[in-house]
Amino acid sequence: MTPKTPAEIGGMGHSVKRKEDPRFLRGQGQYVDDIVLPDMLYLDIVRSPYAHAKIRNIDTSNALAIPGVAAVITGKDLAAYNLHWMPTLMSDTQMVLPVDKVMYQAQEVAAVLATERYIAADGADAVEIDYDPLPVVVDPKKALLPDAPVLRTDKQDKKDNHIWHWEWGDRAATDQAFKDAEVTVKQDIYIPRIHVSSIETCGCVAHFDKVRGKLTVWMTTQAPHAIRTVFALVAGHVGLAEHKIQIIAPDIGGGFGGKVPVYPGYVIAVAASVLTGKPVKWIEDRMENIQADSFARDYHMTAELAGKKDGQLTALRIKTIADHGYTDAAANPSKFPAGLFHICTGSYDIKAAHVEVDGVYTNKPPGGIAYRCSFRVTEAVHAIERMADLMAHEIGMDAAEFRMKNFIKPDQFPYKSALGWEYDSGDYAAALRKAMENVGYAELKKEQAEKRKRGELMGIGISSFTEIVGAGPSKHFDILGLKMFDSAEIRIHPTGKAIARFGTKSQGQGHETTYAQIVAEELGIPVDDVAVEEGDTDTAPYGLGTYASRSTPTAGAAGAIAARKIRDKAKKIAAYLLEAHEDDLEWEPGKFFVKGSPDRAKTIQDIALAAYTNHPQGMEAGLEAVSYYDPPNLTYPFGSYICVVDIDNGTGEVKVRRFMAVDDCGNIINPMIVEGQIHGGLTMGLGPALYEEIQYDDSGNILQGSFMNYLLPTAIETPNWETDKTCTPSPHHPLGAKGVGESATVGAPAAIVNAVVDALWHLGVRHIDIPITPPKVWKLLRENGVTG
Amino acid sequence: MIPRSFEYFAPRTLEEAVSLLGELGQEAKILSGGQSLIPMMKLRLATPPYIVDINRLPDLNYISELNGFLRIGALARESDFEVSPTILSRYPILMDTTVVIADPLVRNQATACGNLAHGDPANDHPATMLALGSLIIAVGPSGERVIPIENFFTGLFTTALQHDEILKEIKVPIPPPSSGGAYMKIKRKVGDYATAGVAVQITLNGAGVCHRAGIGLTNVGFTPIKAKETEAFLIGQKLDDATIKRAAQIAAGESQPIDDIRGSAEYKRDLVRVLTTRALNLALKRANGGA
Amino acid sequence: MAKIGIKVKVNGVERAAEVESRLLLVHFLRENLRLTGTHVGCDTSHCGACTVVLDGRAIKSCSVFAAQADGREVLTVEGLEQDGKLHAIQEGFFQEHGLQCGFCTSGMLMTGYAFLKSKSNPTDDEIRHAISGNLCRCTGYVNIVKAYQYAAAKLREGEEQL
Repeated sequence: MTPKTPAEIGGMGHSVKRKEDPRFLRGQGQYVDDIVLPDMLYLDIVRSPYAHAKIRNIDTSNALAIPGVAAVITGKDLAAYNLHWMPTLMSDTQMVLPVDKVMYQAQEVAAVLATERYIAADGADAVEIDYDPLPVVVDPKKALLPDAPVLRTDKQDKKDNHIWHWEWGDRAATDQAFKDAEVTVKQDIYIPRIHVSSIETCGCVAHFDKVRGKLTVWMTTQAPHAIRTVFALVAGHVGLAEHKIQIIAPDIGGGFGGKVPVYPGYVIAVAASVLTGKPVKWIEDRMENIQADSFARDYHMTAELAGKKDGQLTALRIKTIADHGYTDAAANPSKFPAGLFHICTGSYDIKAAHVEVDGVYTNKPPGGIAYRCSFRVTEAVHAIERMADLMAHEIGMDAAEFRMKNFIKPDQFPYKSALGWEYDSGDYAAALRKAMENVGYAELKKEQAEKRKRGELMGIGISSFTEIVGAGPSKHFDILGLKMFDSAEIRIHPTGKAIARFGTKSQGQGHETTYAQIVAEELGIPVDDVAVEEGDTDTAPYGLGTYASRSTPTAGAAGAIAARKIRDKAKKIAAYLLEAHEDDLEWEPGKFFVKGSPDRAKTIQDIALAAYTNHPQGMEAGLEAVSYYDPPNLTYPFGSYICVVDIDNGTGEVKVRRFMAVDDCGNIINPMIVEGQIHGGLTMGLGPALYEEIQYDDSGNILQGSFMNYLLPTAIETPNWETDKTCTPSPHHPLGAKGVGESATVGAPAAIVNAVVDALWHLGVRHIDIPITPPKVWKLLRENGVTG
Repeated sequence: MIPRSFEYFAPRTLEEAVSLLGELGQEAKILSGGQSLIPMMKLRLATPPYIVDINRLPDLNYISELNGFLRIGALARESDFEVSPTILSRYPILMDTTVVIADPLVRNQATACGNLAHGDPANDHPATMLALGSLIIAVGPSGERVIPIENFFTGLFTTALQHDEILKEIKVPIPPPSSGGAYMKIKRKVGDYATAGVAVQITLNGAGVCHRAGIGLTNVGFTPIKAKETEAFLIGQKLDDATIKRAAQIAAGESQPIDDIRGSAEYKRDLVRVLTTRALNLALKRANGGA
Repeated sequence: MAKIGIKVKVNGVERAAEVESRLLLVHFLRENLRLTGTHVGCDTSHCGACTVVLDGRAIKSCSVFAAQADGREVLTVEGLEQDGKLHAIQEGFFQEHGLQCGFCTSGMLMTGYAFLKSKSNPTDDEIRHAISGNLCRCTGYVNIVKAYQYAAAKLREGEEQL
């Protein structure tokens, strides 16, 4: 896509260097833990060692005896204000601090307030709690057995651990298609629990100003407005009203979905500040972050594909058990408890499909966040891409050829899937072809055949995914009733500079640059002249925040629409200044000119000045606009990834030799930033594929509770990602753009798994659950006669 | 993430340090690199009331050959090995070892002597020092004493050091000509402890027959393991494929791994077999003057 | 417990303080000296977000006591820019999009600063090894390697006095 604006303006398509970098490069970013206020107290949380236990007694005396410890807060203290329970984003309920029992290891049980961080830690260490352990349920399948202990004893009528059942699609047609199928494949696929682990953990500084009656909370949140409304609803009865609550999301060190939920630590800090009238800082440490904050994935799927012997797919059926931990604190649009899982027909034209998901309670931390996956799309893509590969291998068809045969064709768009989604645009074959050319697919297959003769294990895996992002149209999308529009407010100053505020909140995605580029694109104002702000609920227009790759599709669109409203007014002013009729004016980036007389022109800067000094009579002064954008549809970015692996048959280690990622996110605002998002997303796909997982033993003890065992890839484990792109604009988005931040995390794991299984297929291996660790591979090799 | 309070001492001489350790008793801990100790203190898994920081002691930061030994001082940092011309040219086994310890930042602080003194079977230098047949020089109230490395590791996190002794120096006998060694470690990712590690140091005679073999195993037992049977098997043999294969099997049998988060005992045992094979091949190549 | 007096040269300026012996260097820098560019990202010494340069070596400031820095020199990210001019490593990160959320960035910069003093012409592999103690969740490391190469080239050109 050739940019329409010159580099000096820096509109869409320019790899403008980031406006946010200067402060980060100098260590002058302002993250929550950098904020210090006078008289500030520190909060440290005492956590349960047990996964399920009654609280018999909490002895705070030793903690209170430490000089500098101001208070110890327990569930009973919060209960006095009815703050000990609060709603989750899925309208379930969660404990802030327990009164009766704990339901997961590392659950918050008490909170110590002290004058210094180190003293708060000593205080937390000194609180003594007696527990009576209760039977623990960690296996969601066992949780559904009739004799399983009922976990949610707080819910009066609850007699089991089943949260909800959700299904979608035509069950009868699907079942029939399976009956009629020439070939079927079936596979159990478990995607384990993983954790976001952004380098900055969660935290807040809560400051209740008693004199002004106003609460200000600096907070690691991806959705400041939603949080403000939730606080107003939850704590309205203790006197907090929404106009007196200000949520400020400062610089955030990575979100990825993990900074969407309302963690108990925030609520306790707010309560503590309200009670003491002092600022209260709560910053969790890494182990708390991994052990208690919302996890992602944890889907036990049984997937089936039906098709013809020639490779034509006819039906898809998936049954899933979703382990949500002790409460459904997922961050999904309320109508979709399994998120957008029903995108699982993927890039293929499958005529019949049916999915069902059952949510289950277990004694684990709560969640089911959208971890860089737009609401369960990684799970969906993993399922369909594994199954497609499985079927291709089963019938002896080349994996690329199989996909080409089944892809939705370009002329089928907008495409209505069997599970009800209307895909806006796509050209899947073009992306796959490009990936195959770039990586030298045919040569790789030859190399693999030769190596196989020598007993060397090499695999080639493909993932051709379709993502679904940009939640979403108000007809179907809300969180806690708040519709999922987003917003932009743009104001041009007399000297032609602009300020643009949005309802989203970047945690590294570069909005200060890309949103400025949207304004530059639409109004021709140079990128450097556009200040972008997000994250302060006192000033930003209402939005639902940044996650699920929704910013460009929603707030970005709002920015374009608001800018166009401004341009419409600017045209009127220009006509007035040029003494011409509006219809005789033409626009080029940065100026209106009279058709045929290009020297009779007014720049946007001229127009801005006029808006304050010489506006037409009868017109309001000023030059600004607001847009609340309700997207007509989601956007569907897609891509094809090809992964090449070599396996050490002695140690079972898998090495990703090459990874070619071809992505299509429609029109691109900043190619440099998009490429960076792909690199990062691929690494977040590599992690779960080979290294990351969270497991619990039968007593509910976490096995990967710190970075010692929760393994994040370093620069050594991470290959040199190769990227390329195709461009299929979104027909309904004002800029033709789609979201992209999560595509790579969604598409990558399947490519890696497919490559490993491909390497071992001739030995009889059909599937491996992620993470594909060396011991797993080693076991398969030895079981299948490879000594190494 | 916050350690408990402690009293801090930073002695300026070795005598002062030893004397302090004597006064303060069993509960005092020595701080050198601190890259094992401080993380444990932050998790409050270690809560020593007294810390004796030996980083100010003079003349302990050296890696140099003298009188038949490579001497490594108490304050030689791991990253010093990576840039030492002596190590680069004459001790590839030590280079192999140092570069797989933790990560480059940790290596700027961590000391090789600390890596032994901690008594952790998961640390990497123990296996290498066992293979090299090193000597530990400990300094206590009665002066210096020499502890052969095979007597040094007495139990899990326990060494032959008394509570009032400081590990002052490691002495590695300079290998004779036609010697070669290698250290190989399998880990889940950079920075992780070994799932299994094998150190091999061999010397060949003029006829290409092995007449000295040292083999150390990392993290497959409660202490670092000296694979004595494997060593004995290799003496007097030419290291052809069949011999190496057999040696590797014996080494696997000498390991005592347990099932844990890094893998099953069976897996680790097989890793010992695989790594011993590969390490022996590389050691042989180096003994014959190859890379 | 009694506090101990320490004198540390930080970014070229002598700083004196009375601190608890258990005070971690990272907290001394962030809280006593209000140099918040150095970050805390974990509690097991794995992430490297706390990297500073101590007497010329890049170390994890979360795994060193402030007391150990007595009489020594510390360089933090705030000390990289000199006379309003960014250091080559900072310039490299800007030009090559080596940062996104910025939280691991100060650590990456300090590791780079020290690394490039000893390696003027590194390979990509050597760079990856050098940064293997610094975790990043945003960038996937590709552009960080490019940033280091940019800086190395700039330094080789002699544009910078180290």
